[in-house]
Amino acid sequence: MALLAPPTNDTEIAARLSAGARERPLDRVFRYALLASLLIALAFILILLAFVLVKGWDRLDARLWQLQPSARFAEKSGAQSAILGTLWVMAGTAALAMPLGIAAAIYLEEYGNAKSRLFTIIEVNVQNLAAVPSIIYGILGLGLIARALGLGFTVATASITLALLILPVVIIASREAIRSVPQEIRFGSLALGATRWQTTWRQVLPAAIPGMATGSILALSRAIGEAAPLLLLGAVSFIRFNPDSFLSDYTTLPIQIYNWIRDPREEFQVLGAATIVVLLVLLLAMNSVAILIRNRFQKRW
Amino acid sequence: MADPKLAMSAPPPTLPSDPGDPVSEQSQPTAASINLSQTLREARTPAALVPIMDLQGVHVFYDDYEAVREVDLPIGRNEITALIGPSGCGKSTLLRCLNRMNDLVPGARVEGSITYHGVDLYGPDIDVIEVRRRVGMVFQKPNPFPKSIYDNIAYGPRVLGMKVDTDELVEEALTRAALWDEVKDKLKQSALALSGGQQQRLCIARCIAVQPDVILMDEPCASLDPIATTKIEDLMQELARDYTIVIVTHNMQQAARVSDRTAFFTAEVDDAGVRHGRLIEFDHTVKIFSNPEDPRTEDYISGKFG
Repeated sequence: MALLAPPTNDTEIAARLSAGARERPLDRVFRYALLASLLIALAFILILLAFVLVKGWDRLDARLWQLQPSARFAEKSGAQSAILGTLWVMAGTAALAMPLGIAAAIYLEEYGNAKSRLFTIIEVNVQNLAAVPSIIYGILGLGLIARALGLGFTVATASITLALLILPVVIIASREAIRSVPQEIRFGSLALGATRWQTTWRQVLPAAIPGMATGSILALSRAIGEAAPLLLLGAVSFIRFNPDSFLSDYTTLPIQIYNWIRDPREEFQVLGAATIVVLLVLLLAMNSVAILIRNRFQKRW
Repeated sequence: MADPKLAMSAPPPTLPSDPGDPVSEQSQPTAASINLSQTLREARTPAALVPIMDLQGVHVFYDDYEAVREVDLPIGRNEITALIGPSGCGKSTLLRCLNRMNDLVPGARVEGSITYHGVDLYGPDIDVIEVRRRVGMVFQKPNPFPKSIYDNIAYGPRVLGMKVDTDELVEEALTRAALWDEVKDKLKQSALALSGGQQQRLCIARCIAVQPDVILMDEPCASLDPIATTKIEDLMQELARDYTIVIVTHNMQQAARVSDRTAFFTAEVDDAGVRHGRLIEFDHTVKIFSNPEDPRTEDYISGKFG
């Protein structure tokens, strides 16, 4: 009992209370450790950025998007077909992956019976699919979409394959967004006699848009930088014309960069570095859109 | 950031205010204070109960667990029925069965019969949408939609496809919920900007906008301060002229102040050691609070347990 007697010495308490504002040593260690982790991640990105900027600086001009690639003259080469190819492939990927992924997420969150065995199997598989290496998707695309479905080495094949690749990520992100909508909102709506569909469409989805859009765009950012599956899907061919439909031949930025960087001629490697900057700008633009959407539509409960 | 003085300058945490009444729940309600408020209610209470709902032999299960056992309870038309009892006695569960909101809990199942206008609510041909529209619900935590005040009220009529003048309906619903004067100039503003008490009245307005005839209230004042609570209680008295109200409350003074009849529930432990919610006593509120039949009721309302 004596151990827990409240202190009685007023002057001592007062002295301790005003002993000076100080951070406890462990607190400080922890704070710097966290800061260091952040800086390490940041440093690598900055080094990469500096490297490609310095190396590609001489070719970072309008020719990049005005000219088509040339096999012989680096100074007459540009990446127009690859830039447009990337935009075409991404448009197709987004158009396929977002509606499908969001719809699947709605089913899993709002309709599926979480207690059923089938639900658990689907859930586990979606999570596992998100971890499958992208080259495997490339093989799937080659065998199933390019050959069995007969779509060949076209924009459509690339879009479908990349859509399948990011679908699990879109589903997981959308589920997260849907789950973050408070349950009271659903109950409030259902208690007024709204159907489940009305509740989902008019309450849950609008509230989940920021999360779903952010997750989907980040997934698309991953797809935009993919080279591995496209190596198997015909993007490696040397293309000097822009795609004009989903059934066109195509190439994309990562593939074009790969082609140039491995070229022994110095001028082409410089061109490759400059094209990396273009790809990074495209990525940053997409991520900025994601942030804008999130800030614009974010709801506070 | 690391300066401890900053942490000191944060406002002290606000003490949780007693949601119901200036008189603390722990203090024993004096017979006089309850009888005083009761006499006011008694004047309006019809002598005979005309049931709008009737529960007979109702058991509620969550999977294998029997949460509520064998309840017989009529709900009188245009009366305020209070369901009281300690936590875990099944009163909220029972309330949610009255508009089939309990369907949303996985594994929930009801046995026995709950009739509403003579129709079995759990019959095979029941349109759940219509049930929930007729039997509205107000929740413990105010849950306005993240939309404008106007759209909150208009939502129900819209999803139900009611052919009404929405502007007029919004005004009437807000007026009946005693909120119109406070919000008429800011109908397009977000409902989330309202105070907790206003939000709860908005939820009541939203509920009556779809023309229900029964309103279920699940501890509607539990998150409100005493002034907001008084307003909701006054509003309930107003609404009881036209609507039937069933309220679950932990606040016995509130049950005594507002209700016509009170049902006292408690949790009983059976031979296997499992707790089940049971209805112990149902009577006029005056009777329950002044001269209960069952000693368990008396113990509870006099603060001996629960």
